[in-house]
Amino acid sequence: MTDGMARVETCDLAVIGTGPAGMAAAVAAAELGLSVVAVDEQSVPGGQIYRNVLASPVAARLGPDYGHGAALAAAFDAAEGISRRYGTTVWTLSADGEIGLRGERGDIVLLRAKAVILATGALERPMPFPGWTLPGVMTAGSAQILLKSAAVVPADGVVLTGSGPLLYLVAAQLLDIGVRPGAIVETTPGANYRAAARHWRGAAHGAATLLKGLKLIARLRVARVPMVSGATGLSAEAGADGAVARLKYHCGGRERSVACSLLLVHQGVVPNVQISRSLDLPHDWDAAQRCWRPRLGEWGDTALPGIFVAGDGGGIGGALAAEEQGRLAALAAACRLGRIDEQERNRRADAPRRALAHHLAVRPFLDALYRPGDDAVVPADEVVVCRCEEVTAGEIRRCVVDGCVGPNQVKSFIRSGMGPCQGRMCGLTVSEIIAAARGMPVADVGYYRLRQPLKPITLGELAQLEEVAQ
Amino acid sequence: MSTPFPASRRPDAIVVGGGLHGSSTAFHLAARHGLKALLLEQTYPGRHASGVNAGGVRTLGRILPEIPLSLASMEIWHRLPELIGDDCGFVHSAQVKVAESEADMETLRARDVELRALGYTHEKLLDAETLRELLPAVSRHVVGGAVAENDGCAIPFRAVTGFRRAAERLGAEVRSNWRVERIERTGEMWRVSGPAGTAEAPLLAICAGAWGDKISAQVGEPVPLNPEAPMLLITERITPFLAPVVGTTSRRLSFKQYPNGTVLIGGGYRGIADRDSERTILKFSGLATNVRVVCELFPLMKTVRIVRAWSGIEGVMPDAIPVLGPSLKAPDLVYGFGYSSHGFQMGPIGGRIVADLVATGKTNLPIEAFSIGRFA
Repeated sequence: MTDGMARVETCDLAVIGTGPAGMAAAVAAAELGLSVVAVDEQSVPGGQIYRNVLASPVAARLGPDYGHGAALAAAFDAAEGISRRYGTTVWTLSADGEIGLRGERGDIVLLRAKAVILATGALERPMPFPGWTLPGVMTAGSAQILLKSAAVVPADGVVLTGSGPLLYLVAAQLLDIGVRPGAIVETTPGANYRAAARHWRGAAHGAATLLKGLKLIARLRVARVPMVSGATGLSAEAGADGAVARLKYHCGGRERSVACSLLLVHQGVVPNVQISRSLDLPHDWDAAQRCWRPRLGEWGDTALPGIFVAGDGGGIGGALAAEEQGRLAALAAACRLGRIDEQERNRRADAPRRALAHHLAVRPFLDALYRPGDDAVVPADEVVVCRCEEVTAGEIRRCVVDGCVGPNQVKSFIRSGMGPCQGRMCGLTVSEIIAAARGMPVADVGYYRLRQPLKPITLGELAQLEEVAQ
Repeated sequence: MSTPFPASRRPDAIVVGGGLHGSSTAFHLAARHGLKALLLEQTYPGRHASGVNAGGVRTLGRILPEIPLSLASMEIWHRLPELIGDDCGFVHSAQVKVAESEADMETLRARDVELRALGYTHEKLLDAETLRELLPAVSRHVVGGAVAENDGCAIPFRAVTGFRRAAERLGAEVRSNWRVERIERTGEMWRVSGPAGTAEAPLLAICAGAWGDKISAQVGEPVPLNPEAPMLLITERITPFLAPVVGTTSRRLSFKQYPNGTVLIGGGYRGIADRDSERTILKFSGLATNVRVVCELFPLMKTVRIVRAWSGIEGVMPDAIPVLGPSLKAPDLVYGFGYSSHGFQMGPIGGRIVADLVATGKTNLPIEAFSIGRFA
């Protein structure tokens, strides 16, 4: 199984991730004659948003957006010139396009690509509050994954809390399969509504998107799902069995609580920057979305020639925008490899650019509305921030007092971010805590220096690389 | 111990480099000589070799001239809490070097004869059976080994921080993001300058690791230092199976399990070091060789997952021993750098020697072999 030797393969373009951006990029590049290798950890295309879209047992009930994804996935699935590698992990990726892949059976492939499109999408923003590590607390996104792939229906007593459109979507999807949530406890700060109102023009352009959201909320009201807004000071408490039993929160100047056996939490999504960070690419702090994004050109081009980012990994824009960004990056990659000239590239970019602008118009409104408040991202001392190494917010603040000025010193000092999740679950929170403690912008505090392997691999798997010619 | 100096007191000595040696120097200047140090660090203390090394605290297998210093340093490691009020994560555990063949065993026997002739007893030979008692999981092909029972390991960044904070408590001033680009002697003073400004003091210590040669060259003492990036990796937590730190005799390996169950693997396989940007690039082909050796020695490791890999920048001298001692060309200038990727254990004593030399011009340990004069 692991005693083999790594294989070396080559291609024109490697696409990492087969969500909307990756699928659209791969299809567009293959149409232009590029040999494409598209890689995904899942066993089917679709990414998170269109997860299992070609085979989901509940696809019909997940709505027309999911149906749009099915058409894209079908085109991707049928396109010639794409080698589709599912169940495959990218564990290393170098600045010159050499990619270490691990297949399902632990076989190692060294893929040498002339261009790379990173389409690794988004991660749910970590949402640390007292009790968030209790059994029975999970993210709304993971609950949705269960819904989409296995139609596993969570037990009775489901409560959703946090902020962002996904909360309503998941609640509605639960209704669809006959589960009525016990409550939706919304944390969106009241001031956000006023801030968002300033972006009404963009909101008007995105009326269709907003209408969908309003319809969801209306459905939940009709179904008499209790909805609370402006909640702060969340804490989850365990019952006698050690699992979550109730959610406590402040609202309207009073402490309240609601019983639950499954607590779904969500605080929006943020770009997955693991690969772009590990390549040392420049990143900017997006104050509107409270997250990092890689610095990109208009084609999704990065500071490294031949390496592009498309989709939510470059900044949250949603599935439809991601698709267009995938097409633009594919055009730029094809131009770079000499398949089309610049004029042709620009001509073909016209339609995706207009579509992209249309899909992004609503973002300033949504960003302002769902920007998490300090309460949601800078937890109290006793809250565990790094779940792998069980480091609390208080320990991080003590490190700052001891002279640790940024996340990397904190990491070296108390191991936050050193566990198997490689900082995915705590990175943003640690930067926010340090920035708040030092009274300086997150942009100046910085982020973990991320190192490859991007995902854990075994010693036996890595050893396969030894014999490969350099 | 002395009391902190008034904040207004001007520094007696500038220490260039905020790694373990620089921090230890600043601490010993205050603790032993009542001198106030201004410690200047180009990024933040412990950013490079000092903070990200394998954490081995090893007297085993030292190059002969280093042995007296290494043994003296070991004594300090064992009493850090009373000295600096922090144990730096130091855990006492044996260091073992395994012999994988009769030829390896012969090498270890020759070393043993040599050490005993010089009167050293800190290393002992192990037969196959005793070795297996120490390392039950080791592969059957191992025929014996050598052990230093008084050794151990520590947590690198904590060690740097422990010495830095102890120095600060005694009145040392530490400046981060203060890169020293130029040094000049003006009258009785050393003046150092860089993008952050200028600073002056009568005494100057250079503990700048992989950047030390850039300073020594300015007083006419260039040295052939090579910046290198030895790579390390660490695994997920697994059931404890290994107490000693393990090395090999004819291949390269450093292998240990921390109390939390993670296993650290090194061996000096090189990534790419870029000294100017202060960055390193990993080369997984080298790490592949590294883990192949591990899998051969400890077959149970094959299915264990690697969680992280990293590297730091080390200053390596052609003869693999540091530049440690006074400048031969300029007064009141002392060097302690270029520890060639085995300087962590030497940090406590290296800083004490530099502090003693800076303050008194003398040390009671033999340092002739490390003189910068060997490159003149």
